[in-house]
Amino acid sequence: MSASAQTSVASVRRFSGRSKRVLPGFGLSLGISLFFVSLVLLLPLTGLVVETSGMTWDQFVFTITDPRVIESYKVTAWTALAASLFNGVFGLLLAWVLVRYEFPGKRLIDAVVDLPFALPTAVAGITLATLFAQNGWYGQWLDKLGIEVAFTPIGIVVAMAFTSIPFVVRTVQPVLEELSPADEEAAVSMGASDGRVFRKVIFPSLWPALVTGVALSFTRSLGEFGAIIFIAGNTPYVSEVTSLMIFIRLQEYDYAAASAIASMVLLVSLILLFAINLWQSRYLRRLEGR
Amino acid sequence: MSLHKNRVGDQPWVRRTLIGLAMALTVIFLVIPVVVIFTQALCAGWSTFAGNIMDEYTLHAIGLTLFVALLTVPLNLIFGTALAWSVTRFKFPGRKLLITLIDIPFAVSPVVAGLLYLLLYGRNGWLGGWLSTHDIQLMFAWPGIVMVTVFVTCPFVARELIPLMQQQGSEEEEAGVVLGASGWRIFRKITLPNIKWALIYGVILTNARAVGEFGAVSVVSGNVRGQTNTLPLHVELLYQDYNIVGAFASASLLAAIAILTLVAKAFVEWRQAKSELSAPETRGV
Repeated sequence: MSASAQTSVASVRRFSGRSKRVLPGFGLSLGISLFFVSLVLLLPLTGLVVETSGMTWDQFVFTITDPRVIESYKVTAWTALAASLFNGVFGLLLAWVLVRYEFPGKRLIDAVVDLPFALPTAVAGITLATLFAQNGWYGQWLDKLGIEVAFTPIGIVVAMAFTSIPFVVRTVQPVLEELSPADEEAAVSMGASDGRVFRKVIFPSLWPALVTGVALSFTRSLGEFGAIIFIAGNTPYVSEVTSLMIFIRLQEYDYAAASAIASMVLLVSLILLFAINLWQSRYLRRLEGR
Repeated sequence: MSLHKNRVGDQPWVRRTLIGLAMALTVIFLVIPVVVIFTQALCAGWSTFAGNIMDEYTLHAIGLTLFVALLTVPLNLIFGTALAWSVTRFKFPGRKLLITLIDIPFAVSPVVAGLLYLLLYGRNGWLGGWLSTHDIQLMFAWPGIVMVTVFVTCPFVARELIPLMQQQGSEEEEAGVVLGASGWRIFRKITLPNIKWALIYGVILTNARAVGEFGAVSVVSGNVRGQTNTLPLHVELLYQDYNIVGAFASASLLAAIAILTLVAKAFVEWRQAKSELSAPETRGV
């Protein structure tokens, strides 16, 4: 009996690690968390497994390699890449200006950067579609230049870029704030050009955060739906994104096909999520969670 | 400013160019779209706008949207706080995995999120079959909308609390234990004042997303006007009906909520910064 008591004490010690469990509420808080995570996040995944396991391998492959679906992967991938690269540049510019300079309107810009997260995607969608339509405020000017945005893949890029702008700004901003000025000032005082100091001194400590922001923006763009469907025109083989393909299959009551495509999308997003988390814990340890 | 005379980008012309560029892009991409929402909503006059808002179906959509947010926010508040408490105050195997798992809703496409719920609880799902023999309908009804909204918004509170609680550490709470305070009392008197603003911040973000969720809700709602139509779905419906002014009238309500969210967020950030400055003062248990 004392042996079993000892092992249980030992196992508690082992589980609690170095800090002994002094604080109350471990069972309650972990219980609520595990119950919630299982019920809300993990249980729904079983539905997808059951649905896809009802298909034969050939059916599965046939569904996910349907030419129209393949086109949607391609469109989604390149538009998401273009949007997140645009946000890499725009986001870095915004973060730089917000951290380095004082100017009238700065607080307004800082607040408005988060608008895409606060504004419902459907509202963003109809607004961008209206702005970029041929008779819209932006569309009529772009039309004169011969550029069509609404109802083309470029419209998808615009919608994706809009909905994911805050990611880059909010990951780069804290790193820029904490950058120590010493090296930079030394380099500048020794007469190095701004461009050179930026490349040699600032960028090396900045790029892990920039990569994280761009990757988050890319992940979000891959899954974006609400903002895109209004501006994309949704032409098969041209401007259909993959989340729309899933939606279309659902409306055809083809749950199996929807699940097969969704499982591919889910797989890619989970891989990206774990990769980003791993990357962050390696390079951005101090900024975890910001 | 003058403190960092010798830093990159301090020459007036670089400064002016970068600020100008950032402002121009912000106005083009973020400010004008908001202006467009309100001009479109009001372009047929105030009385048309009022008529669009007072429309029976619009009012129902507003009610349903508020109802969904009212259920979602408290659920995620409890979950987020419990999760943050367990992962920042204790060490246990699987802790890191748990922190990663709660990010799933951020990575998953909303359409996929809706589909997951539809497959499980829909009439052909393995749980849904059992539910329908007991006459319980979750999908294509308000419970389904609440369920997917909870899924989509569950990381927000936890994400705000975890870094803050990690950084603050648990010394103050441990002192409370030594002094013999009960767990609930420790939480109320020590933890809560410390995390108050982050908690409010998380609630604001949860609420904004709960009100505005579109993709996931549109998969499980069934879009029945006057029954399962939330405000964002209503915007889509009106837009597809070529009732552009009506769509923007409803959209302007959502945009107003978004602007309120940003204002509240700025206020909370300001209070947070203030309370961080006055942090060292000791608090009674």
